[in-house]
Amino acid sequence: MNEPQKTLSVRLRIWRQPIGNSNGQFVEYGVNDIPVEASFLEMLDILNEQLVESGEDAVAFESDCREGICGTCSLVIDGLPHGEGQCTTCQLQMRNFKDGATITVEPFSTGAFKTIKDLVVDRSPLDRIIESGGYVTVHSGPKPEPNSIPIEEDVVEDALDASACIGCGACVAACPNGSASLFTSAKIGHLALLPQGQTERYGRVRKMVEAMDNEGFGSCRNYAECQASCPKNISIKYIGRMNKDYIHATIHGGDNRGPVKAT
Amino acid sequence: MMDLDAKIPSGPLEDKWDSHLEHINLVGPRNRPTYDVIVVGTGLAGASAASSLAAQGYRVHVFIYHDSPRRAHSIAAQGGINACKNYRQDGDSVHRLFYDTQKGGDFRAREANVYRLAQTSTEIIDQCVAQGVPFAREYGGMLANRSFGGVLVERTFYCRGQTGQQLLLGAYQSLQKEVDQGRVILYPRSEMLDLVVVDGRARGIIYRDMLTGEIQSSAGEAVVLATGGYGAAYFNSTNAVNSNSTAIWRAHRRGAAFANPSFVQIHPTCIPVSGDHQSKLTLMSESLRNDGRVWVPRKKGETRSPADIPEKERYYYLEERYPTFGNLVPRDVASRAAKVACDDGYGVGSTGYSVYMDFRDAINRQGGDTIKSKYGNLFDMYEEITGESPYQQPFKIYPAVHYCMGGLWVDYNLQTTIPGLYAIGEANFSDHGANRLGASSLMQCLADGYFILPQTIGDGLQPLFRDKVGTDHPAFAQAIADVNGRINKVMSIQGSSTPLSIHKRLGKTLWNHCGMSRNAGNLQGAIDHIDQLTQEFWNNVHVTGSAKDMNQTLERAMRVADFLEVGRLMCRDALERDESCGCHFREEHQTEEGEVQRNDEKFAHAAVWEWRGEETAHRRNTEKIHFEHLQPATRSYK
Repeated sequence: MNEPQKTLSVRLRIWRQPIGNSNGQFVEYGVNDIPVEASFLEMLDILNEQLVESGEDAVAFESDCREGICGTCSLVIDGLPHGEGQCTTCQLQMRNFKDGATITVEPFSTGAFKTIKDLVVDRSPLDRIIESGGYVTVHSGPKPEPNSIPIEEDVVEDALDASACIGCGACVAACPNGSASLFTSAKIGHLALLPQGQTERYGRVRKMVEAMDNEGFGSCRNYAECQASCPKNISIKYIGRMNKDYIHATIHGGDNRGPVKAT
Repeated sequence: MMDLDAKIPSGPLEDKWDSHLEHINLVGPRNRPTYDVIVVGTGLAGASAASSLAAQGYRVHVFIYHDSPRRAHSIAAQGGINACKNYRQDGDSVHRLFYDTQKGGDFRAREANVYRLAQTSTEIIDQCVAQGVPFAREYGGMLANRSFGGVLVERTFYCRGQTGQQLLLGAYQSLQKEVDQGRVILYPRSEMLDLVVVDGRARGIIYRDMLTGEIQSSAGEAVVLATGGYGAAYFNSTNAVNSNSTAIWRAHRRGAAFANPSFVQIHPTCIPVSGDHQSKLTLMSESLRNDGRVWVPRKKGETRSPADIPEKERYYYLEERYPTFGNLVPRDVASRAAKVACDDGYGVGSTGYSVYMDFRDAINRQGGDTIKSKYGNLFDMYEEITGESPYQQPFKIYPAVHYCMGGLWVDYNLQTTIPGLYAIGEANFSDHGANRLGASSLMQCLADGYFILPQTIGDGLQPLFRDKVGTDHPAFAQAIADVNGRINKVMSIQGSSTPLSIHKRLGKTLWNHCGMSRNAGNLQGAIDHIDQLTQEFWNNVHVTGSAKDMNQTLERAMRVADFLEVGRLMCRDALERDESCGCHFREEHQTEEGEVQRNDEKFAHAAVWEWRGEETAHRRNTEKIHFEHLQPATRSYK
């Protein structure tokens, strides 16, 4: 009990970019006496405390839940989105870094994601892809008894594998082409598997794929880097399924009406 | 004194909600687009309310400090959502859910609201399934259930250990649909910093554009706060690092009464504190207590590894003390029992402040694969953080601040004491009394957002037809000036204490004196200490950077300023509630066995605090709780 706490020190090369400026640069900082139990983001908290204490502007970076589910954190660490291992940045632990290591930290900036400040990027294009059709059109109110539509257990599990996506954008940051195919296909795949998603299935895939293209994401070239960097282990099989549905929608025609606009 | 008319409909409990809906004012579909409704927050309550109101035709303005509505902290809810579907035919019913919730809350909630919550619960599941929420199914394709603490039925619906995420994505997707339709206007990265009240009515909000630092305003005929609880005042909590109390606190200072601020839930199963660097405590879902057995060694200062401790030297304290509910006692009971075990010297881990939660027997009985399919992601999460595998050795857990039962006072329509201002989800106080049961917060958020507020909001809006107040009203300019003044003051102090260091010290004080165990002396001491910290903040805080820039240090400072005031009120409320009930354990009031001792004669009420200005102390008003259908009994889980 109460044995002395083990600590480590690291050198950080952090991308700093002022707001409203498209140019930035790497700045080096040293952080000492980091407890080994600290997470990577807690190490950045320590750095920011140091900076504030010495009168400097803290490094802007985003995080919220710090337990790997909200998808807010978004750092490229030593060249890898969310760093080494399939987890989110907030789940990276300092015990996995070597004492004295130099760590390079960059934003998820790539193609459709623009850097806002330091390590903060604009991922709103992902919201707009969902907005284009990533839902089932139902209003709030009385609905049919859910057990009247049985769904096979493995189908639900498959759908949940896809809808486990946290919208962090690591797939985009990892892709040499900056494609958002894994993100988009995960939502399409989730809803296409369930009976509730069938009505709008082909209209949805058409609209979402077009929204993805319009946002300036690159196209999928089967690098599969997205799958390798996804903290939720989402499979590229959903991209295959998305492409199949998209071909079906373009050949056979999907629902081309589009939603009824408000007057 | 405040006029606290909860507007509970008359008639039998079972018929109140239906008869209420038959008699309230409505806004017709052609007029709804002429109303602007402001919704702050997009967790389960905010997203479900905003999408429902927009689908009805209202023009909805949605404000969030996140970059995307999908980030709200409801996303982190793990275990499940309650609904009295009675699919297992194990004796569940609306009345049973009502009874469990009231008993779980130690008879400190309003009966009519709780009954309505139970009535609405089944519709929530129907709604979410229709949206495509992939709830767990059995082999035959029917919905599966599990059990949570404080109940004797299986009524919890779940999606592995990520139920909150799936429910929130359902609500978020419905919200994005309305954005696409043009009926919802999203204001991401916009943090509400004040409420605008004109002639006693809420007419809009002041917010800070978090990218430019610009202070702006938005006007509407109703303002809905869905901004969650204030548990992050404790610094170490299971809340997200940005969770804060500023929206509800600023509304409070503009006249919305704050009820039961000291009712804060301490969740029994969290990863223990390991040091000062820690930015948050990670919750391990209560669902784990379905199969995990909680124990400590019978010997003080035990040094053997858990696997080497034979069965008869293990103290399964929950199973022994509460044989009927065993490991599934409610959260307040389980948390206190863990604290007592550790205070008595039986705790484990490097600090001596942890207990074991053991899956050895469950794995032997059900097989590792079954356990993995039920809890796999939770086991993985634990291993990632601690480096230990719960398949090999027991979890080490300890209680942590998790949820606020207290919040803004609301009436049956979910309207606060300011007409036109509504509070939903964790931000209000209405349904959980002095302790919330597991899997009931998701239920309440979605009941409020999908079913209750969309049907009650018209009651207050209808009389306002064409009575609009725009942001050109002088009250808006005044409120903007107030906010700018506050920000400039914080920026100009340039002292030597960082906002984070003050927040951590506030948190420690609250945890030690207004946490699982409270007494009058400590609470008074905590109030004095918070007053000192408040002094320190306003004389010596140090914020770097510029106010006209993205500035996370400033964001934190503004939140800490409000946490200090919330924390003080929490302690005062705890001090003046001179009884024990639910989470609120006053050491002066306990049974011989160390259980809570309520005082229904004096304290069968909600304490409703009224802000009376900077210079005048808060006033404590009360709303009496009428026990018409359930006579309060001594809460026993033995």
